[in-house]
Amino acid sequence: MGDRWMTAMPESSLENQDISCNSSQFTIYPSMYPTQFAVHSSIPFSKNSYSILSAFCSEENISQCISYINQEVSSLGFPAICTECSGQPELNMVSVLNTVYELLQLHRRSQRTLENLETEQFKYSSNLEHLQLSNSKLKDQLEHSKRENTGLFERERQLQMKIKSLQNSLKNEKEEVQKLQNIISSRATQYNHDMKRKEREYTKLKERLNQLLIDKKDKKLAIEVLNYVGRSDGKRSLWKTGKTEARNEEEMYQTLLKNYESRQKDLMVENAELKKVLQQMKKEMVSILSSRKHSLKGETIEESLEQTASDNEEDVCDSSRETLELSCEHAREQLTNSIRQQWRLLKDHMEKLNSQASLVQNGKWVDNDVIPRKAHEEEMDKLKLEIQQCKDFIQTQQQLWQQQLSSPCDDETAALLNDCYMLEEKERLKEEWRLFDEQRRNFEKERKNFTEAAIRLGRERKAFEEDRATWLKHQFLNMTPFIDRKKPQTSYSHSALSKSPESEMKIVSTPGQLKKSLSHTSFSTPKATPVKMPSTTDLHRTLRLIPEHRSFKTQPKMGNLQDSILSSDISDKTRVLKAGNCSIYTLSDAENSPK
Amino acid sequence: MNFSEVFRHTNQLCRVSPDGKCLATCVQYRLVVRNINTLQILHLYTCLDQIAHVEWSSDSQFILCAMYKRGLVQVWSLEQPDWHCKIDEGSAGLVSSRWSPDGRHVLNTTEFHLRVTVWSLCSKSVSYIKYPKACQKGLDFSRDGRYMALAERRDCKDHISVFVCEDWQLLRHFETDTQDLSGVEWSPNGCVLAVWDSCLEYKVLLYSLDGRLLSTYSAYGWSLGIKSIAWSPSSQFLAIGSYDEKVRILNHITWKKLTEFEHPVSISDSRAVVYREMERRAVAGSDDLSIHHQIPAGTSLFSTQSKYEICELPIYVPIVKPDPDRANPKIGVSTMAFSSDSRYLATKNDNMPNNVWVWDMQRLCLLAVLEQRAPVRCFQWDPRRPRLALCTGSTKVFLWSPGGCLSVQVPAEGSFQVLSLSWHCGGDSLILLSKEHLCLCYVEAGRCVGVGVRYPSR
Repeated sequence: MGDRWMTAMPESSLENQDISCNSSQFTIYPSMYPTQFAVHSSIPFSKNSYSILSAFCSEENISQCISYINQEVSSLGFPAICTECSGQPELNMVSVLNTVYELLQLHRRSQRTLENLETEQFKYSSNLEHLQLSNSKLKDQLEHSKRENTGLFERERQLQMKIKSLQNSLKNEKEEVQKLQNIISSRATQYNHDMKRKEREYTKLKERLNQLLIDKKDKKLAIEVLNYVGRSDGKRSLWKTGKTEARNEEEMYQTLLKNYESRQKDLMVENAELKKVLQQMKKEMVSILSSRKHSLKGETIEESLEQTASDNEEDVCDSSRETLELSCEHAREQLTNSIRQQWRLLKDHMEKLNSQASLVQNGKWVDNDVIPRKAHEEEMDKLKLEIQQCKDFIQTQQQLWQQQLSSPCDDETAALLNDCYMLEEKERLKEEWRLFDEQRRNFEKERKNFTEAAIRLGRERKAFEEDRATWLKHQFLNMTPFIDRKKPQTSYSHSALSKSPESEMKIVSTPGQLKKSLSHTSFSTPKATPVKMPSTTDLHRTLRLIPEHRSFKTQPKMGNLQDSILSSDISDKTRVLKAGNCSIYTLSDAENSPK
Repeated sequence: MNFSEVFRHTNQLCRVSPDGKCLATCVQYRLVVRNINTLQILHLYTCLDQIAHVEWSSDSQFILCAMYKRGLVQVWSLEQPDWHCKIDEGSAGLVSSRWSPDGRHVLNTTEFHLRVTVWSLCSKSVSYIKYPKACQKGLDFSRDGRYMALAERRDCKDHISVFVCEDWQLLRHFETDTQDLSGVEWSPNGCVLAVWDSCLEYKVLLYSLDGRLLSTYSAYGWSLGIKSIAWSPSSQFLAIGSYDEKVRILNHITWKKLTEFEHPVSISDSRAVVYREMERRAVAGSDDLSIHHQIPAGTSLFSTQSKYEICELPIYVPIVKPDPDRANPKIGVSTMAFSSDSRYLATKNDNMPNNVWVWDMQRLCLLAVLEQRAPVRCFQWDPRRPRLALCTGSTKVFLWSPGGCLSVQVPAEGSFQVLSLSWHCGGDSLILLSKEHLCLCYVEAGRCVGVGVRYPSR
């Protein structure tokens, strides 16, 4: 076994060697084989026939054979197979066997490589065949495509030829058309000329005929009347004079004038009717819009401003009513302008409503500023029910407690306890109420701010429109001294300036409120929404949120204390807790915490 | 509906006096004047030759009988049957004769349109107007009879002369921008004169009474243009029928096109009702849909009765292909008429000879289509009501009103093929003319519309 191992090792190493010098061996072997074959051409033969005569080695030439083999073997790089001991070559059996073994190994290996090579060769040849086949196929294809290509080329050429010929024919046709047109026009002119000539001749002939008829004193040409009749109107015919001519002219113009007057009257009537329609439309629009505004007005401070605005509107109404009779240009302008303005407002409103409707359809109405009344009421009912349930629950609890307490205790203690409970409850409720009040005040303040801003915005727009109208009016009537219009304008511009900080303020303050309220305020445009509705919703929201708040509120009080006393890692927690209450604190906290 | 007895006439000469009291008919040489109510002969006049033209004077006092071949005009008086007047145009010849609006002048157009002679019955004066143009409608009187517009041709250019009819004074004379003027027509209020070019060019010119050009309208070029023109009685619309089978409506304020009415081969407008005349032989199953009128007894056995059926849309209108090689091809809108209240317009497209189209002028859309069995010969609106009468050369008279349609068999001996018809000015009777006979058809005003007529059940 150890021997095998030993032998196996060199073999593997040799193999490695072989592989490493593969290229050299490959080049060597093929060249060696033929020579070996040439040299020992008889060997395989002899091996097959086993004829002693032709054998390489015999009894006699053992020593030569040995030396020869030795030489050969050594020349091949194997260790010598005989040792020269005392001049006599001594066959070293071990080395011989080793050599033979090596040779056998070599042989086998070469056989294997040969086989490999052959299979490879076969593979290659088949590959080659395949490639040749594909090559020929591709060549065919190439040929085919080439032919096709030439065919296409040919076709293209033909088409081009065709195009050319068509273009030529087109050109010819065009020329033909041109020629024909020329011919037509020339013929037309010729025809016209001839016509004119003929007509002239014809008129000449007519003249001549007429002359002849007159000259001939046609006796037949006559009128036989028994007696002349009176005119249908009973008057006598008048002499033709300049007077009658003038009269005729006058009459003509009179009829024309009459016609124009009647037409104008018709148009006036039509105009008046249209104006009436416009007026009515405007009135209706104003009523629709003002009803909206009135519902808005409820809690706004600037009612007086509103009043003036409506006054203005009425003013416009009145003036336009006057213009119905006047129908002067500037008044018409005013009317149309005001109508346009109202229309725009109405359109905005409609669009808003539309968008709201779509929002409602999408189910986003909870976030929306305007909640349909029905939903509102539903919500309210639900909340009421909830409250009722809670109350019931509390009552039953209290009853249970009382029962529990009353069984061991006497009545007095029970009453005391009851009182205690009541007081506690009262206290808590008071606290809640206060909190809620505060919150509501905040809300209201904010809403006021918003409505104020929106109203101002609306007012400004109106002022601008009015300004424009007045400007136009000034344009049209430079004489009329409408001067005191500028005053509101300046105040409005002031308000425009003052508006921006306010809005900033709001932005700062709103995060302090609930998230929902933020969304509400940012979405709502107070003009569009009735004031009362959001307020109730807010109320409900706050109502719903009160229990949470309470828990927050009570804890932060302790938290504040803890904050001052305890370490800073609690402050983190409190900050989170406080976040529900006021972000201004949290901001300051956030600033403080890194320190 | 009642019918009078049948009278003879020749040359389709049968006129009702403007006051609606008398009926003048011509039978060869004789002129017969009857009372319209009793149909008694009031007067009988004998002319010198076969009468070619008859016309009442505006005051219904005189009747003019023209004998074009002889170049003669005879005037008869109703009040004085002995009074007579004979106008001889002599060698100049005569092609047309007409009354002036005052009923005291006769305007004769001589042969070759050499001149227009104005004969007065009040005085011996004769005036001539030279250069009248021979065209479709070269002469028109305004509705109030004050003015006359005459198309003239001088120096190879078209001119228009406006005369005051009272004393035949030339009021205005102006050249028109036309290639070959084809006609002139006053608006009913007498303030606008519509002038249109020959069919080679689509052109309408609108002139004010004082000769100012108000507007020009041309819808297209090159192909054949205007075929007919009609003013609405309110002077509000001017309908122009043309060879492209369309009617264009101009408004009187801007003189721009308001709309155009096409005469499509397939009618699919759901607002329109299509009435189709059905021969009675068809199975009378769909009685509820059909509208027919039971004709009075005493009709001939062999006449086919007919009724109207309302057709389901869309329907296809039968068309006649015009011969493209012939002049004046039978295509395009040749006849148009507004109803007396200007509410409806009836049109006929020449390559759809069996159809009459009624358009609603308020909604400017197609209202009804009447499809007859035979080509429509003649249609006319009731002068008082929105009611259209038409005839097709068959033995029936057809009436359309907004409420529906009806057909009436003329209950005459033999076959009375109605070739033309005209309303009495009172709107309560129709004068029906066959080739040689005439009869009156009394249409009771209130009843006709309602009786036997049903609104389309849609």
